[in-house]
Amino acid sequence: MPGLEDLYREIILDHYRNPRNRGELPTPPARRVEGFNPLCGDEIVVYLDLEDGRVSDMRIDGQGCSISQSSASMMSAAVKGKTVAEARQLIRAFKAMMSIHESRLDGEDGEATAPDPEVKLGDLEALQGVVKFPVRIKCATLSWNTLQQGLDEAAATA
Amino acid sequence: MALSTEVVKKDFPILDHQTHGKRLVYLDSAASSQKPSAVLDAMQHYYETTHANVHRGVYGIAEEATRLYEQARGKCARFIGAPSERGIVFTKNVTEAMNLVAHSWGRANLAAGDAILLTEIEHHANLVPWLMLKEERGIELRFIPMAEDYSLDLTDLDRLIDGVKLVSVTAMSNVLGTLPPLRRLADAAHAAGALFMVDGAQYVPHLPTDVAELGCDFFGFTGHKMLGPTGIGVLWAREELLEAMPAFLGGGEMIRDVRLDGWTPNEIPWKFEAGTPPIAEAVGLGAAIDYLGGLGMDAVREHEVALTAYALRTLTERYGDGISIYGPSEPAQRGGVVSFNYKDVHPHDLSQVLDEAGVCVRAGHHCAKPLMRRLGVGATARASFYVYNDEADVDALADALAEADRLFTF
Repeated sequence: MPGLEDLYREIILDHYRNPRNRGELPTPPARRVEGFNPLCGDEIVVYLDLEDGRVSDMRIDGQGCSISQSSASMMSAAVKGKTVAEARQLIRAFKAMMSIHESRLDGEDGEATAPDPEVKLGDLEALQGVVKFPVRIKCATLSWNTLQQGLDEAAATA
Repeated sequence: MALSTEVVKKDFPILDHQTHGKRLVYLDSAASSQKPSAVLDAMQHYYETTHANVHRGVYGIAEEATRLYEQARGKCARFIGAPSERGIVFTKNVTEAMNLVAHSWGRANLAAGDAILLTEIEHHANLVPWLMLKEERGIELRFIPMAEDYSLDLTDLDRLIDGVKLVSVTAMSNVLGTLPPLRRLADAAHAAGALFMVDGAQYVPHLPTDVAELGCDFFGFTGHKMLGPTGIGVLWAREELLEAMPAFLGGGEMIRDVRLDGWTPNEIPWKFEAGTPPIAEAVGLGAAIDYLGGLGMDAVREHEVALTAYALRTLTERYGDGISIYGPSEPAQRGGVVSFNYKDVHPHDLSQVLDEAGVCVRAGHHCAKPLMRRLGVGATARASFYVYNDEADVDALADALAEADRLFTF
């Protein structure tokens, strides 16, 4: 039986207490994306500045539980300054850690969505304990799905 | 006779089970109640001895299944003071009951510009069907606001109700425990020429109910919150309204005749019961009604008022300003749901910590997002009480809250 210590690791509580990159960015030029967790009411707003294929700046707004907020904070720290391609690699690696393996019914998922084993999650690995609490996985992935949506929208309008 | 939780607890097998090695302290009956052996046994016995489809076979067990199904309808009618069982339509749950009215009565009677009156404290079940109709038809939705003391603010009722065709309100808020003044709202609705609909999901399980005395035209409730099984609910409506309403879902059972060029609807209430109904669930609901009848609904209400008073007192005394409780302060004027926030701990985290202590509470927006916005919170934790809860359960909740300090007090 997993205990609370598996879930609430110190680094998670640190990011919850002292969220990184908290706030807003002027839109435009920044892109604003909202994510909702319909089960618990958590809301995440991701502000993205994309320049030359790079996430040049990023802010997180919204409200939610320690898992959704710390995951968003850690995500912003990990993704800010990275290229869009690197950000997408991190998203895939994080979702894989959350036991979410994206595949398509047409069987054409192949290499494109498999996480690169070279991608290092660093502090984000503290969130691995969430997997033992299945209802909380959606809390941890909320900001990542929101970021992915923002990158997809940017790619579609580029 | 006063209700003895010591005796009642023994009737609920799940309460013998442990969670995380701790006694199960179930404080989420407003989401779904637990089931007594009487309900479980009745359904098991039905499947083992009687099951067949209803209103079809002419053989013995089919006739008996039909008799049990229709007997449950009669029990539902008597339990809510309905004048006859012909007004009792079995649905999947109260959400389907509200949708049935919005689809059938709503589409036959509401056109662009017509208004209906709801409240700010409604569950999504009494909001979304009307929002859908607003999108489709352009009807106008008005809302009775919530007052600062969590009651309904009826100051502007005369203006709000003027010209509306329907007033639809919850009988008890699933978040606040607020008990709106139903009879007063019914009279105001009827004086304005409107019909009066009530979402009784949180009311019927906990208070003696008389739809005629309350002045209702439509009334919905659900089985699984009143010790019965999931998958069965009830829409009660005045017979003449049901007679005039078009059918809802089409299929077997709800027809009198079908030709290749058309069909004729069945009589009420079967006109609204397309397909094979939840037969075992009706039997289970009937057994739940018998069980509650045995306890006596006055005794149930008395027990819950006393327990709610104890909970409000205990939580306030132990945590003072550390706990914010959302709902009327007077136990006799509210239901047994206590929504709260504890310090700065997010309800989701709080619920996780309480779970470790075996305490089950709901955390989230409770399917009432507009109310959450009105309260200025994203979510709350909610403890809700029923016949099997006692002061030891409240104490377990109060003790477990302290554990949240260890992780989340900065």
